[in-house]
Amino acid sequence: MIAPGTQVRVKLNWPETRGPCHIRTPHYVRGETGVVERHLGDFPNPEDLAFARPAAVVSLYHVRFDPKPFWPEGVAPDELVIEIFEHWLEAAP
Amino acid sequence: MSGILETPAERLLEAVRGLLTAKGIMTTDEIAERIRITDGGSPAQGARMVAKAWTDPDYKALMLRDGTAAAEMLAIPMRGLPPLGVLEDTEAVHNLVVCTLCSCYPRAVLGYPPFWFKSAAYRARAVRDPRGLLGEWGTVLPDGQKLRVVDSTADYRWMVLPQRPAGTEGWSEAQLAAIVREGDMIGVTVPKAG
Repeated sequence: MIAPGTQVRVKLNWPETRGPCHIRTPHYVRGETGVVERHLGDFPNPEDLAFARPAAVVSLYHVRFDPKPFWPEGVAPDELVIEIFEHWLEAAP
Repeated sequence: MSGILETPAERLLEAVRGLLTAKGIMTTDEIAERIRITDGGSPAQGARMVAKAWTDPDYKALMLRDGTAAAEMLAIPMRGLPPLGVLEDTEAVHNLVVCTLCSCYPRAVLGYPPFWFKSAAYRARAVRDPRGLLGEWGTVLPDGQKLRVVDSTADYRWMVLPQRPAGTEGWSEAQLAAIVREGDMIGVTVPKAG
């Protein structure tokens, strides 16, 4: 379990370049650093459910980002909150 | 398989319903029940929750803690649906909900998503230029109010609990519910008295 307030980075991973997949982590946030706001719950991994495979239960977090660094126009929201599964998160550099 | 995309939707639906019952996955009664529940979802349901939260602090606390329980308290069927999360607007923060991946939407309390919610333009601009997007809806946030965009990407469904507008003092729950619109609970607009 990742504690609220922990700095995390979204893995810079592109499974869609390696074959058919179903991903709930938006492109625009991969490789970006944010802060865990809270643990939302535990859910069967949709990446497996989508292919009717046995799905492990994985933890889901609300992760808060300052989106200004990753949009170029300077008109991004003040903060962006995204649901991200634990296996997509790693320790912030 | 060729031609499946050209097959009329009614025939596909009939085939899927036939398979669901033939394989024992669902009974015809269960399918009818689910259709009834789905058709019962509408922005009027969410508006009832918002109006009650505006007038009942205990209900508001429950709604923010457990949206599913708060919906069920108003007899909105939530069984088997993803958990409902509720995002509170305050003087300090305005929430805007988007699903950049597809069209995740709290159907039990808001009904079918409006066409624009599913559009590529809304999904892109809500995260990239949300103030420009809000401006096109005529929504201008007051100075000092933070804009928080919630990208609904996974297993929750989110609705906004907007701020109660000025000029509604002493109104009944029914009067309040009547002014709460779909867009107010997505965050593209804010409720106005009358």
